[in-house]
Amino acid sequence: MGTSGPGATNLVTAIGTAQLDSVPMVALTGNVAAPLLGKDAFQEIDITGITLPMTKHNYLVRNADDIPRVVAEAFYIAKTGRPGPVHVDFTKDALQAETRAEHPSLDEIIAGLPGFRPTFEGHPKQLRTAAREIAAARRPLILAGHGVLIAEAWDDLRAFAEKAQIPVAWSLLGIGAMDEEHPLAYGYMGMHGWKHVNRAIQSADLIIAIGMRFDDRVTGSVKTYAPYARIIHADIDPAEIGKNVAVEVPIVGDAKNVLVGLTRLVHAVDPKDSAVYFDQLKTWREESLASSWHGSGRSDILTADHVVERIGELTDHIATYVADVGQNQMWLARYTKFRRPHSHISSGGLGTMGFAVPAAMGAALGNPGAETWAVCGDGGFQMTSQELMTLAADRIPVKIALLDNKKLGMIRQWQELVYAGNYHSSHLPGPDFIKLAEAYGIPAFKVSEPNEVDAAIRAAQSVDGPALIWFEIEQEQNVYPMMPAGKGLSDLIEQRGPEE
Amino acid sequence: VSPDPATAPAGTAPAAPPDRAIPGSGEFKRHILIVLVMDKPGVLNRVASLMRARNFNIDSLAVSRTDKDHISRMTLTLHGDDVAVEQAAKQLYRLIDVLKVQDVTQDQVVEHELALIKVRATDGNRAEVIKIVELYKGAIVDISAESVIVEAHGTETEIDALVALLRSYGIKELVRTGATVMLRGAGSIEEALRL
Repeated sequence: MGTSGPGATNLVTAIGTAQLDSVPMVALTGNVAAPLLGKDAFQEIDITGITLPMTKHNYLVRNADDIPRVVAEAFYIAKTGRPGPVHVDFTKDALQAETRAEHPSLDEIIAGLPGFRPTFEGHPKQLRTAAREIAAARRPLILAGHGVLIAEAWDDLRAFAEKAQIPVAWSLLGIGAMDEEHPLAYGYMGMHGWKHVNRAIQSADLIIAIGMRFDDRVTGSVKTYAPYARIIHADIDPAEIGKNVAVEVPIVGDAKNVLVGLTRLVHAVDPKDSAVYFDQLKTWREESLASSWHGSGRSDILTADHVVERIGELTDHIATYVADVGQNQMWLARYTKFRRPHSHISSGGLGTMGFAVPAAMGAALGNPGAETWAVCGDGGFQMTSQELMTLAADRIPVKIALLDNKKLGMIRQWQELVYAGNYHSSHLPGPDFIKLAEAYGIPAFKVSEPNEVDAAIRAAQSVDGPALIWFEIEQEQNVYPMMPAGKGLSDLIEQRGPEE
Repeated sequence: VSPDPATAPAGTAPAAPPDRAIPGSGEFKRHILIVLVMDKPGVLNRVASLMRARNFNIDSLAVSRTDKDHISRMTLTLHGDDVAVEQAAKQLYRLIDVLKVQDVTQDQVVEHELALIKVRATDGNRAEVIKIVELYKGAIVDISAESVIVEAHGTETEIDALVALLRSYGIKELVRTGATVMLRGAGSIEEALRL
């Protein structure tokens, strides 16, 4: 909710974040009185013009009689089909007028939106074609995306994978769709994904993509992406199919319906029949886990991967973990190990720094039963650190793990690896974060050595209400592997050059 | 077993596979889309904004009411390959106010565009200009001492041809409505709407 003018424009980044990550959101803003629209009145801005290209739909309401219908439509549109943000801007006079208009029924809402009819059921013919492809495949791989979580289809995903004996990889927003301890859970894919997962994609003969959109961070160069694979792509949004990658079997439908339908149609596979494939995957995974870029391999310095691994371990991998954006986000995605659906929240599409703390507050309030951790870097944290006020005022029990490398770490990493060490604006001489947190009355703990990590996490857990841990991590740790922009999944940089 | 050259036994690695095709990299041609939309304020802005944001260039756009309350019709022409234009259509469907999008490029249609062309014409060559216009079944709708206004209608290519001919006399002004298109036969896009 925002007021007119600057209050409304401050919502724009959040709305864009919701749009790119299919988050249901209704944004409400006030505007000047209808007679003043278009007169450049005080705090007037054409906010519906601004949000138009980044919302699922938006409204300018000038008449109080329209408010019940528009608000009902806004919530319906935001939640139905592929979720997304809907923005409603109200003129001041509409908000202050009286009305006897009534809240419409669901049928009335649907009847009033004849252009909005999402397809939920996968077409039976397409499902049968997909099942035939699956039966013929020798190295199939499931790519699970956010759509699986949105459709609450994690059990259906597992059932499908188990029946057909197909390993599952996931995108950043697909994390949690599969319990990472499951034998068929293969890992996180893409630019900073696991090498073994990207190798599996590059050698697969069939990809079954469910509720994901082949983002460029997932595919890298499309030309060389999954060169041996035929692709089955199921998504509730027809526009996502064939947008980034040409596919052989398109299926428009809700992930749950598609997975249930496919499970019914595929043959039960004995894992022994795929032993050669699974042995290969296992070897790749072992190589990948053993290689040097998994953490630093050093026990004397405080590394980020160690911190997020410990947070995962000490929360039984079932807390809600909210990432910020950058290196911290990739470390969290790679090393925390997520065992519960919706345990991971991240700004994937827009990559909005400053996301973690405010989003974690929402996550904690929305799911009070789960312990909630905001994992952020010092750069992102300082973009919204004023939210500590809300955190303290409402005593929202968010534990903040601040991974401070005194850098915009991902920017520094690129400047090192892509721009020949030409560092610019990536060093951040931050404040004393203990003093900052305590100034808001939030208990804070400082960790500089690896052996202090567990005690600090437990101390933060024992605080009733918000707490912050300031981890002073190794300043120049990179996230590996890394797929350079414009390159393909087979072109991973795996470690620093030999001079390190 | 694996065709991955990294893991295949020595000497058996298959040749590198061909590049995966990039959607939108096919042959460019003119497409005609009929778009039925809710007749609401801002709907034209939504369509135009979407086409801009998705990197499609609209060649022409004609908008009008239909005989049905609350429904407007757009005829939109653009250049692109089949996949890209299909993507444009699917993106248009994401707009809540869009009811129907149909690519009629391959269909039997009546296509009409109206043009007004103000051409330099004096006593010396006015008869010549009028003759050309008559050949193209156009009409002279205004005459002054130094110019005529030609009204022409037909397909985009027919109007292009007339304009090219008149250019040698000097075109002072040109306005075109953009293509309007209707499928031949008894079928109706409007009647097919399920509202």
